[in-house]
Amino acid sequence: MSFTLFATAIISAMLINNVILMQFLGICPFLGVSKKSSSAIGMSAAVLFVMVIASAVTYTLYDLVLYQYGIPYISTIAFILVIASLVQFVEMFIKKTSKSLYKSLGIYLPLITTNCAILGVSEGNITNIWTDTIPYWDGLFLAVSTAVGTGLGFGLIIFAFSSIREKLEASNVPSAWKGVPISLVVAGIMSLAFLGLAGII
Amino acid sequence: MTKKANFLKGFLKENPIFVFLLGMCPALAVTATFETSLGMGLLVVFVLTMSNIVVASVKKWIPHDVRTPAYIVIIATFVTVVKMATEAYAFDLFLALGVFLPLIVVNCLILGRAEAFASKNTVVDSAIDGLGMGLGFTFALVVIGVFREFLATGGIMYGVYLPFFVDSPITIFSLDMIINLFTSGFHITDYGMKVFSLPPGAFIALGIILAIIQFKKSQTDKKAAIAKMEMIAEKKRIALEKKKQAAQSLAKAGGK
Repeated sequence: MSFTLFATAIISAMLINNVILMQFLGICPFLGVSKKSSSAIGMSAAVLFVMVIASAVTYTLYDLVLYQYGIPYISTIAFILVIASLVQFVEMFIKKTSKSLYKSLGIYLPLITTNCAILGVSEGNITNIWTDTIPYWDGLFLAVSTAVGTGLGFGLIIFAFSSIREKLEASNVPSAWKGVPISLVVAGIMSLAFLGLAGII
Repeated sequence: MTKKANFLKGFLKENPIFVFLLGMCPALAVTATFETSLGMGLLVVFVLTMSNIVVASVKKWIPHDVRTPAYIVIIATFVTVVKMATEAYAFDLFLALGVFLPLIVVNCLILGRAEAFASKNTVVDSAIDGLGMGLGFTFALVVIGVFREFLATGGIMYGVYLPFFVDSPITIFSLDMIINLFTSGFHITDYGMKVFSLPPGAFIALGIILAIIQFKKSQTDKKAAIAKMEMIAEKKRIALEKKKQAAQSLAKAGGK
């Protein structure tokens, strides 16, 4: 039962409501970091890591603190502060515990604070999953599964896109379309392909 | 920089979306119609102007090391204000913008202006900068929104999401008006390119607009380069002529 829920949440967040192509979250790293596939992998691993922790923390904060004390309207301020400090904390923690992990993720972590995908997923969890009747653990489970699916979807798209872009660099594109315009059209075609997955659940 | 230039720079020369590619998430996500673009743009104008004013007025007391969190708190405060006001007075817009309303907090444009301009300039200049940059952002969003809505439905509507100044939704412009002069029973809305109101259309529409801008820019660059080369050639010609004249007069003097 719970595995079905988990799989459904992951597939729906990863393929159907893809974070980049359908929800338009995290477009900046999508266009900025996707020039090389190695940096795309590093960035998506860092995003997945922070996204899962941030969703768990923000969902808990909303359910157990903000809602309990009647101040849900400050969720935006609370979430962005929690995410910013969380990223700092994760960065310090990784630096202390694992040098090799820090080497591969370190430079991407500070960029994540202003990555709208993290805040977007945290806010989306509250609007889509949270209700005042859902038990805490069920909601947390769904929120974390959604975050895992979203992070995987982000990684899938950014890696595929960076591979396409490496080919695109070498191809003969008309000068007006060089750079961002042709990348956006490529993203549009990828998005069209993902639109076809809409009915699979 | 004069106040007027400071205000106008955000529209074309330093347009946040078309030139710097800042704030691309809302530029793709909320531009399905003209109205949502306009609504989002005006909210950003308010948040950007107010945050610029506050950042510029308290910049002396913010320690340099913690300035980014401090700016984020200031911005998030105004975003919360805007969010609650939209929920109260324009509920349809609130639903249409969805998660992108709180996400104004992480719009790179606002933090970028606080960091790059408001933390170094006076309050009045920062307010003008915020207003100009915000309106430039709105301008870009509206261009994309009109482009997409026109291609998707063949017309522009007003009054669905912004319940101001009109009682019921009105059509500002529609191809139906022109076509119905010649024939009747034809509805352009049946033949719209629906894909432009869906997510793929956002990417393709923005790609087309950016390509047009890049094309225009390369043409003006080419013209400027040609003008420069002509100027250099002209200078060379004048110098050569002068040399010739000098040589001739020298020859004349020698002849005497």
